[in-house]
Amino acid sequence: MSEITPEVVAAHQLTPDEYDRIVAILGRTPNLTELGIFSVMWSEHCSYKSSRLHLKKLPTRSERVVQGPGENAGILDIGQDAEGNDWCIAFKIESHNHPSFIEPFQGAATGVGGILRDIFTMGARPIAVMDALRFGPLDHPTAGARNRRILDGVVSGIAHYGNCFGVPTVGGETVFEPSYNGNPLVNVFALGVFRKDQIFYGKASGDGNPVIYVGAKTGRDGIHGASMASAEFTEESKQKRPNVQVGDPFMEKLLLEACLEAMATGAIAGIQDMGAAGLTCSTCEMGSRAGTGIEFDLRHVPQREKGMTPYEIMLSESQERMLLVAHAGREQEVLDVFKKWGLDAVIIGKVTTDGILRVKNHGEVVAEIPNRPLADEAPLYNRPFTQPLRIAPMEAPEFVAKDLTADLFTLAGSGDLCDKRWIWEQYDYMVRTNTLAGPGGDAAVVRVKETGTSVAMALDGNGRYTLLDPREGAKLMVAECCRNLSCVGAEPVGATNNLNFGNPERPEIMAQLVEAIEGMAEACAFFETPITGGNVSLYNETLGDPIFPSPVLGIVGLLPTQDPVGIGFRAEGDHVYLVGGTGAADEVRMGGTQYAKQVLKQMWGLPPKLDMEFEKKVQGAVRAMVRAGAVASVHDVSDGGLLWALAECSFPNGVGLAAEVDSDLRPELLLFHEGPSRVVVSTADPGAVETLAAQHGVPAVRLGQTVAGRLAVANRGAVLVDVEVAQLKERWATALASQLEAELHV
Amino acid sequence: MRFGVVVFPGSNCDHDAWYAVTANLGHQAELLWHSDQDLKGVDCVILPGGFSYGDYLRCGAIAKFSPVMASVKRHAAEGGLVLGICNGFQILTECGLLPGSLVRNRNLKFICKQVDLRAGTRQSPFTCAIPEGATLTVPIAHGEGCYVADEATLDQLEAEDRVAFRYVDNPNGSLRDIAGILNEGRNVMGLMPHPERAADPLMGSTDGRLIFESLIASLAPVK
Repeated sequence: MSEITPEVVAAHQLTPDEYDRIVAILGRTPNLTELGIFSVMWSEHCSYKSSRLHLKKLPTRSERVVQGPGENAGILDIGQDAEGNDWCIAFKIESHNHPSFIEPFQGAATGVGGILRDIFTMGARPIAVMDALRFGPLDHPTAGARNRRILDGVVSGIAHYGNCFGVPTVGGETVFEPSYNGNPLVNVFALGVFRKDQIFYGKASGDGNPVIYVGAKTGRDGIHGASMASAEFTEESKQKRPNVQVGDPFMEKLLLEACLEAMATGAIAGIQDMGAAGLTCSTCEMGSRAGTGIEFDLRHVPQREKGMTPYEIMLSESQERMLLVAHAGREQEVLDVFKKWGLDAVIIGKVTTDGILRVKNHGEVVAEIPNRPLADEAPLYNRPFTQPLRIAPMEAPEFVAKDLTADLFTLAGSGDLCDKRWIWEQYDYMVRTNTLAGPGGDAAVVRVKETGTSVAMALDGNGRYTLLDPREGAKLMVAECCRNLSCVGAEPVGATNNLNFGNPERPEIMAQLVEAIEGMAEACAFFETPITGGNVSLYNETLGDPIFPSPVLGIVGLLPTQDPVGIGFRAEGDHVYLVGGTGAADEVRMGGTQYAKQVLKQMWGLPPKLDMEFEKKVQGAVRAMVRAGAVASVHDVSDGGLLWALAECSFPNGVGLAAEVDSDLRPELLLFHEGPSRVVVSTADPGAVETLAAQHGVPAVRLGQTVAGRLAVANRGAVLVDVEVAQLKERWATALASQLEAELHV
Repeated sequence: MRFGVVVFPGSNCDHDAWYAVTANLGHQAELLWHSDQDLKGVDCVILPGGFSYGDYLRCGAIAKFSPVMASVKRHAAEGGLVLGICNGFQILTECGLLPGSLVRNRNLKFICKQVDLRAGTRQSPFTCAIPEGATLTVPIAHGEGCYVADEATLDQLEAEDRVAFRYVDNPNGSLRDIAGILNEGRNVMGLMPHPERAADPLMGSTDGRLIFESLIASLAPVK
């Protein structure tokens, strides 16, 4: 056994203090295997040691919450079926940022695999996936080629895994900023559905119960993946490719079916997937949650390679593996199910009462660690924080639009706003025939056949807003996500968050994290969307350059199953309203907009101003309109502002709008400011829209009537823009493909 | 009418096919496990979409050796109805029940979208209920859906009126716009698009029902 020197400790990314704590817990010096086990369990990725203190500020409870943070996924009650059975959804978002930079295809693919296992390990069948992706600009002068390759690899990886597994990828978002040049973000959200009496937890309960390993064999892949995800990127990171795992979606599909079938036998006491930190994490967390110990022998663990050391087996992150605990005496029923599906299932050990994780190798004890301190007493850091890092001036530059039409075309061709069909057509977004609204709308809607209920879901994040003001930016994100759900008629009920930030050991980065969490906490409490779980991804820096603070939020909502209302204007002559009014704006609050980014190529000032009370009223009004069938189309105003929202409403059916407004705002602000709490609706029944808006106490400003093929906006008689929808749509629809395919198809 | 939906371990449209013929069309369906040979006396076997055995080798290359396929071949030889959808079509070509092969889409990407189809013939149990000249909107979702065969085979398919469906706007590079074909006996059809995804009013199109309704009509007792 190698000697534990300070260098060995440092190589495991443990500080001297952390090492002393390990020695205190064990009452002796750890051996190398034990050191490895502590290093992954106490990594930032597994222990949340920098963020835990602040994550406690998030609201986590409501009447619907069945399971909050701390399990593999959060669970919400969605109501009953016709026979009176209670049904639930399980959902969570997780990042695979670091692996996706090192090896985009497998990094993204295994990201999908990991979050799917989190869902079905609880007993739920996954019915939807969404992805929030952040890349460097595709036309960046130096990093463009690499960014294009990363995007292509990530999208192919997601498609490869999700399509084969058989879960629809129903939406998401893709955004570009230079700050993601060396550090793309790949956040994957998954949601599953099940009966409330079918929930399983990751608990190793029952003295003497057999512990069973199922799924793929263990290899040397992914060793120290969790620690890698907890460090900044340097030139040496490129040597870390072997840390990235390789995914096998067919194996995962077998695992899904076998696990659900095995659960149905009633012979399983607890189950957990082997994700980050593999066998180590699953054994010690299952024991810790149940207050038990686990004793097992590595010689029983199915191995893909010869001569693996205990250290390697314990730290391997080979994919598509699960650990489960069966009720003693019923293990054969479980083994039979896995045999039917052609999977390895081996009893490797048993549950004990002493609270110790005891790992043997051919009978010899190679690690002996008390579970609870390992899993739950990881170091907790109250890292110092100052003022959030700010790299933009507060003052607005002078700007006057030379040509509003040209500006509109610039937005249409921009990476952030252009059509993302090139991406989402590679995803099977319909498999399982539940997708009522797929990619390209404000929110995805997936029905639950058993209950007559549908689940709406949206992912949102805006790194520019959170950079300019982490607290307000986070609130805006919650508001927008809830607004997206309201636009499809859903009531927001719960959320999951992915906090992507830089190095928390820098006080100005830590301040971004703290303020964003506090803003998110305030808004989630206000909108009654408790956070039931999520993921924190820190150290997103390359060569000292941090990413924009990039929290991503996934919110789910509920609605009765009904024909979805789309974002597109449907027929000529419909009346168009801006529910919530034209909003307020000033120059300082233009600095985070797409207009500032794409047209002026600058950033300054503050994000738009949010009034949460008003926002909630607007959302209530819109939801009522959708549910009453009073509107033909609904689309919220967000990135790109009012004119861009109207353009997006015009694209699906080629039906545009001749709008006449009456506003004091100058044209650049009127057309492109991104003030929240505004929704564009079209209707054949203007009376119904006006009545519902009045009932909810919100203005509904009439913009005009839909027309074929044209989009025109005039303010007080002065025409600001008047464009052919088809021309604008052409720019929007071809922008992404033309940037990508020029190169990929050589 | 009784349908049988084969469940390979990597099938993922098995439930969708089952739901379409039972919940949407009101007929009976059995699930047929891949390692069993018993077809449970069904009238029509559906080979559903998915990735039968992972398809890391060649789509359907392993499925052709599965026990259930021996029974499906026998069923087909006796004149029984077989509908292979997407991966099911790939399996039918691999095991020789249909000619030609499905290779990677021309753009080398997986494509999921609604496409328009036209029936190439109404002289089959899969297409007999489709109105003359109708365009069907049915989704595709495949990475390897480009139909290829040698010229002689393509000529023969056309001469024998065995092109069941063609794409109106070819999405994947299939030769002669072929989306679906029939065997010589006209009782076996392979089709890349997914009619089971276009059988429910909530799914945006119900044109896929015409294929199932054709099957149902073809088996209905003559009055």
